[in-house]
Amino acid sequence: MHSELSVSLWRGGEDGRYETYSVPQRENQTVLDVVTFVQRHVDPTLSYRFACRVGVCGSCAMTVNGKPRWTCRTHVAKVAHGGRLEIGPLENLPVIKDLATDMRVFFEKWQEAKGVFAPTKTRHDAIAQIRPDTPARIAADAAIECINCGICYSACDTVRWNDDYFGPAALTRAWTLVNDERDGGNTARLQAIAGSGGCHACHSHQSCQQLCPQSLNPTAAIAGLKRRTVAAYLNGEITA
Amino acid sequence: MNVRLYIWQRATAAIMAPLVLVHIALIFYATRQGLSAADVLSRTRGSIAWAAFYGIFVAAVSIHAAIGVRNVLHEWTPLTERRAGFCAIAFGLLLAALGARAVAAVVLP
Repeated sequence: MHSELSVSLWRGGEDGRYETYSVPQRENQTVLDVVTFVQRHVDPTLSYRFACRVGVCGSCAMTVNGKPRWTCRTHVAKVAHGGRLEIGPLENLPVIKDLATDMRVFFEKWQEAKGVFAPTKTRHDAIAQIRPDTPARIAADAAIECINCGICYSACDTVRWNDDYFGPAALTRAWTLVNDERDGGNTARLQAIAGSGGCHACHSHQSCQQLCPQSLNPTAAIAGLKRRTVAAYLNGEITA
Repeated sequence: MNVRLYIWQRATAAIMAPLVLVHIALIFYATRQGLSAADVLSRTRGSIAWAAFYGIFVAAVSIHAAIGVRNVLHEWTPLTERRAGFCAIAFGLLLAALGARAVAAVVLP
């Protein structure tokens, strides 16, 4: 094991650059530990984002040696080849400063894709009985474990090429709601995701599936949306 | 790409798949049998079946390729979606014209 890690961190905004720091290498060290070491012991002006440190909140995603990763659950030993780490902000999002990105557009696209539950009942109605073994209920699991970390959005080639594209996370959320029997917003939702920024822009490169830290499969969810929007269009439920 | 273009592109792909297989089989047959250009033209000229086969082929290719080019232009160039659409329509019409000319050359008596 190397006693010191050579760590390049992105410093500055969009026009910033990588600066290299020396960080002691330790057993069971995560990438977030490395970034925190620099902020606590080398340069307190380093900006980055984290909260829970245990893979629940989805705040700490960064680009590590070229791939987006959740840094709190990424062990240095698995990604630092030759004792070197290059850590940058998530791609496909505006850089605020250093390792912190502006994630507004990521969440705005969730709204555009109608990723909001549209209730059909009130608190005075009985609780809906949903059998756990129905195909729709199983399909609705697609995004339930999503932690909104933005890794799939950062990894997606289509997001890089097409500013209008909603991205894997928003579409996977939409697929969960499309399969939620309690939801009443499907016509508007399918209409929104049948447009040019919706599911049909996906090229099925599957980077989202490969890099999702929760092992979700947005590509499969988007394929489901393609089938559902085609059926809705042919039935006259939505327009192009 | 919206749902309407997606359906057109997938539908034309489904049409082209068997036509491409027949077309390739035809090339193998013509070359292995040693057919001359005159032999081929004697079979295709005046044939409504071959005119329909390649006419549908050209129409499907023109639509399919134009939609693909529209996506490439929109994603890889600064063109807006609307301008990429105009370029793609022009490209599709060019393919259709060139294809129709080629079909006419082999099926018209």
